[in-house]
Amino acid sequence: MIEYEAVIGLEVHVELSTESKIFCACPTAFGGAPNTHVCAICSGMPGTLPALNREVLRYAIRAGLATNCEITRDGKFDRKNYFYPDLPKAYQISQLYLPVCRNGRIEIGEGKNKKTIGIHEMHIEEDAGKLVHDPEGNCTLVDYNRCGIPLIEIVSKPDFRSADEVTDYLERLKTTLQYIGVSDCKMQEGSMRADINLSVRPVGREELGTRTEMKNMASLKAISRAIEAETKRQISRISAGKPIKQQTRRWDDDKGVSFSMRSKEDAHDYKYFPEPDLLPLRVSDGMIEEIRREIPELREARRARYIKELGLPEYDADILTSSFPLVRIFERTAGICGNAKEASNWIMTDLLKLLKDEQVAPEDMHFPEDSLGKIIRMTSEGVINRSVGRRVLTELFGSDTDPITYVKDNGLAMVSDQSVIETAVDRAIRENEKAVADYLCGNPKSLQFLIGQAMRHLRGKGDPQSVQKILFEHLEKRR
Amino acid sequence: MKDENILNMTALEVARAIRSGDITSPQATEAVLSAIEEKDGELNGYIRVFGDRAIARASEVQKQIERGALDYPLAGVPYAIKDNICTEGIPTTCGSKMLENFIPPYSATVVHDLERAGAVSVGKLNLDEFCMGSTSETSFFGPVKNPWDTTRVPGGSSGGAAASVAARMSFYAYGSDTGGSIRQPCSYCGVSGIKPTYGSVSRFGLIAYASSLDQIGPIGRDMLDCAAALNQIIGKDPADQTTIDTVPIDLSAASEFSGKGLRIGVPEDFFAEGIDPEVEAAVRKAVHVFSELGASVTSFRLPIARYAIPTYYIIACAEACSNLSRYDGIKYGYRSQNAKSLSDIYVMSRSEGFGLEVKRRIMLGNYVLSSGFYDAYYKKALQSKALIRKAFDEAFVKYDLILGPTAPSTAPRIGESLSDPLRMYLSDVYTVLPNIVGLPSASIPCGFDRNNMPVGLQMIGPYRSEQTMVGAACLFQRSTAYHLRFPEKRGEDA
Ligand SMILES: [Zn+2]
Repeated sequence: MIEYEAVIGLEVHVELSTESKIFCACPTAFGGAPNTHVCAICSGMPGTLPALNREVLRYAIRAGLATNCEITRDGKFDRKNYFYPDLPKAYQISQLYLPVCRNGRIEIGEGKNKKTIGIHEMHIEEDAGKLVHDPEGNCTLVDYNRCGIPLIEIVSKPDFRSADEVTDYLERLKTTLQYIGVSDCKMQEGSMRADINLSVRPVGREELGTRTEMKNMASLKAISRAIEAETKRQISRISAGKPIKQQTRRWDDDKGVSFSMRSKEDAHDYKYFPEPDLLPLRVSDGMIEEIRREIPELREARRARYIKELGLPEYDADILTSSFPLVRIFERTAGICGNAKEASNWIMTDLLKLLKDEQVAPEDMHFPEDSLGKIIRMTSEGVINRSVGRRVLTELFGSDTDPITYVKDNGLAMVSDQSVIETAVDRAIRENEKAVADYLCGNPKSLQFLIGQAMRHLRGKGDPQSVQKILFEHLEKRR
Repeated sequence: MKDENILNMTALEVARAIRSGDITSPQATEAVLSAIEEKDGELNGYIRVFGDRAIARASEVQKQIERGALDYPLAGVPYAIKDNICTEGIPTTCGSKMLENFIPPYSATVVHDLERAGAVSVGKLNLDEFCMGSTSETSFFGPVKNPWDTTRVPGGSSGGAAASVAARMSFYAYGSDTGGSIRQPCSYCGVSGIKPTYGSVSRFGLIAYASSLDQIGPIGRDMLDCAAALNQIIGKDPADQTTIDTVPIDLSAASEFSGKGLRIGVPEDFFAEGIDPEVEAAVRKAVHVFSELGASVTSFRLPIARYAIPTYYIIACAEACSNLSRYDGIKYGYRSQNAKSLSDIYVMSRSEGFGLEVKRRIMLGNYVLSSGFYDAYYKKALQSKALIRKAFDEAFVKYDLILGPTAPSTAPRIGESLSDPLRMYLSDVYTVLPNIVGLPSASIPCGFDRNNMPVGLQMIGPYRSEQTMVGAACLFQRSTAYHLRFPEKRGEDA
């Protein structure tokens, strides 16, 4: 039997997180009521002209430098012409002939599975709007908020052979882009989307088979499933002697199958030509060096530093550096509470558990960056005990409420009033004669039980050290 | 002062009279409005006239002038603007059914400049649909007539602008020039006009025909008026990144310009076959005037000129088909009532909303950009553009100015060109060259043919040479009287 391999290339669209859109002053913020982040320029009104936001060029160059690309010194924009209601000018300003970056690479895999994926090119373009079907009016409406959000399209070489390699690459690409602050890469909000080009060929053969394309994939799991299904589909067709048609296919992740959308014959003729409304892009050595200096410490270097300088366990350092939102939370938290290990512990045990339980990715977490640091600081300063701290974290996760205010407003601060604690301890002793007897017979576990009971009477707010001390004194008196 | 006397003044004279208190801005505005009332029914130069609105604006400007808060050279003088330049809250139609009801929520940068300078707009001027035409006949709002002979066209596409100035229905006007759209109607209507260096004037708010060629410019009764009008709108604009830094024209220096030492080149290729002998005679006579005034005049060859028309129409149509794609019936503009599907909306709205000439150029543009044809047409046109630039660079080492005819003939009769579009395209043969490479160019009246129709002299200068070009034109106009004739005086002068 012939053994086949998949040959996969990716086109990844990433929305850049500049403050304003690529050619106008509208905000790039996600969401907003339909058509509220829109002006005459990004809605393509007659007579308006694009004015390039120079930040976009800087962001794209930063992305290129972080992925080892060559930067194009004399670039330009081109128009890609096609009609669709979400494209108000009926052309997209993009780069065909002179993309901003070329010939980069990203390393994937570990150890002996290490592999280099080539980046063919990276170009700048503007995003289109969105069509929204209105079931009540039985019509289709257009929302232009996304029009003119800056994008980079990162075109890989066809260097992937499996779904695992593709997801590894996407994870690393995402991490790198988040680290350098050019995109939040939120796949479910569409700020990172991938097109997959896939063909199969017998192992050992040089020439490529006919490829299909699956567009706008928006989750790693869907990408993985789509690649596996498409590889199987192509191999079974070839094995049955049927040809592969060059076509664009739509992956239905719920059904787990893909459908043909259009074939090569229906492909658009985009009639590209140079954009006359914008000047050529000139990039100087000075500009490149300046941008190079803005690139922060990337994952590998940061991970090593966490282990060596902060003394974190390798496993913790690995997790904390896996995504830039976690890095930011960790460094912010450590900064506020003044204890890197403590910050790491809380994130590793409590925060990650919450994220997992609520199925939220770190970049989607809705939680003020300094909240966790404040909670830890309250525990170390003895304002609240650790279990109340955990409770505050759980209750505030997903909210903007300030933890300090929350602790105050809900009377969660620790009880250190001796007489209140003594009352609770007395009650615990009175109600648990057996445990007291056990303790006096030398069973230390009973002490823990009695502390728990006293704490329960204090609604968990007792200062554990005081509770333990007073309980111990009271018990010893009974000897 | 009587309306008639006011109307016979140049824009700068009106401005001086307003400043000195001889007349007021509302008076000048009333005079223009009554001239429009009287003549425009026949000429059809205006698509929209601002009656009360213009008077109200003139009164407000008058108060500011009296307070001493406005001392711009043309403050208070009424002007008109081509209807492809966006005016906030006022329909801007481009002479098309497609934009018949389009009201822009913004004004062009030049409109803001003019408001700041205290200019008073009296209306929006008729034009060829989306500037596509050389006769102002393709407008959805009907053809413009030539004030010198109403059976003839005024030229185009800024035909309404040239006709309004020639017929004393405006003191000065702004048009746009993509391949001669200011200069050729100036030639046909016996008035002066400038197509500035590409980038001197912001295109923000100018509804695009061909972005790399379009430029807004002034039309006036003489070159000094044009220079004053151009000064009001030049300058770098962050909203148009193709704009450049520009120095205003020094009007007093232009008034004292001497021809001595001026080096003039005359391309013999501009007098090759196809030119009307009477036009040739008038232009050669005008060139002779310059040599009598002390300029050195040299004939030279500019063989690349023969590629001007194909190069221009390929670039212009390619950009136009893309620029006009936004008129898709989805967001604004005309939408066919018969459309039942998305593709209907596109096909029917565009088929019904655009006129024949616009559709012809959209088709042509799509053809030259199609895959498989790009290299043969568009890429060739870009190569030709580079050769044209080189030829001009070489010529301007030897000459300060290039002179020749603005158009091969005087104004043709209405209807003649529509039946023969190729002939109409060829009438742009001299004017398209400066647009292709972005050079400044002007047209001034330099004679009349046997039918008493005006002939225009075209001037082409190096980049940013407006000062020299205007100086030379002013010198010519101090020495000749062609620009002083206007249609009503035709009988007396003939
Ligand atoms: Zn906008």
